[in-house]
Amino acid sequence: MSMGLLRLLRGNKASAPVARERLQILLAHERGMRGQPDLLGVLREEILAVVSKHVTLDPTKVIVRLERGDEVSTLEVDIEVPNDFERKKAAVA
Amino acid sequence: MSKVLVVTSGKGGVGKTTTTAALGAALAQRGDKVVVVDFDVGLRNLDLVMGAERRVVFDLINVVQGVAKLPQALIKDKRLENLWLLPASQTRDKDALTEEGVGKVIADLRSRFDWVICDSPAGIERGASMAMRFADEAVIVTNPEVSSVRDSDRIIGMLDSKTVRAEKGERVEKHILITRYDPARAARGEMLTIDDILEILATPLLGIIPESQDVLKASNVGTPVTLSNADGAPARAYMDAAKRLCGENVTMHVPAERRGLMDRLLRRRAA
Repeated sequence: MSMGLLRLLRGNKASAPVARERLQILLAHERGMRGQPDLLGVLREEILAVVSKHVTLDPTKVIVRLERGDEVSTLEVDIEVPNDFERKKAAVA
Repeated sequence: MSKVLVVTSGKGGVGKTTTTAALGAALAQRGDKVVVVDFDVGLRNLDLVMGAERRVVFDLINVVQGVAKLPQALIKDKRLENLWLLPASQTRDKDALTEEGVGKVIADLRSRFDWVICDSPAGIERGASMAMRFADEAVIVTNPEVSSVRDSDRIIGMLDSKTVRAEKGERVEKHILITRYDPARAARGEMLTIDDILEILATPLLGIIPESQDVLKASNVGTPVTLSNADGAPARAYMDAAKRLCGENVTMHVPAERRGLMDRLLRRRAA
């Protein structure tokens, strides 16, 4: 009797194909990252440096996040700017 | 020509030490002169699996640091004429393994043995990187299970970048050894298949060791499994793997489920 038919009769689903698929996706990602500098770390530092030229920032309030999707990935940069920056700008104007 | 072989995996508990002992004994049984070297500094176990735990006087760290000469630290196996053990230190830590020191010991071992088999500790830290550093070949011990396969992939990456051979632009010859393979679970689709593992890791297969009581019994009595039950399935699989390491072409035997009709009927009813 074939394995597939046996499985059908028992009524349980094989978990091995799920394991294979999860591994293939994970390892494709991990291999891509291997040997590269920490991309998010570098981006964060450089963004922080550029913005800091014009605005006084709290470095801990700069969050860089990378979300990987199937088609596109999104890079999310969240920078908290202190309110007194607005006031200083208004005073200058 | 002598060869340095590292037995590695990344993940712990997959069977590196069992494999080191079994392959070491199998190669020695074939007539090659073999030394098995324990790199698991602080957590040595190869001496125990080899049944030599009461004969350890000096260890790898002693030799690396020049406290003892290599012949003083080598322990000759009591069963096989050609098999020797270089134990790890139980008291020191892995930082005692300097690259220069390990390199000298490996070079010295190369001049004395046909095979220098390095039993790597788990993980990707200093002990593991020193065990693979001077290797010509690698056996990556993998269980048919997601975390083991992931760690094997990581170790393959290290073998391709962090070894002396890789840095010289040469290749470390890599082999996958699948251990704890359970044919019954594979048949039920509960375990990654051999083909899945090989496709994911893109590395040739050295052998498949079935899950077996033989392995536990062998370590209980401190005898490599190829000696303790030479006719058993794991022993035969390890002997075949040793032949393949020596370049022989041996047909790969995938362990199959052996169940009688009654077993099948009973299992069906129980399920």
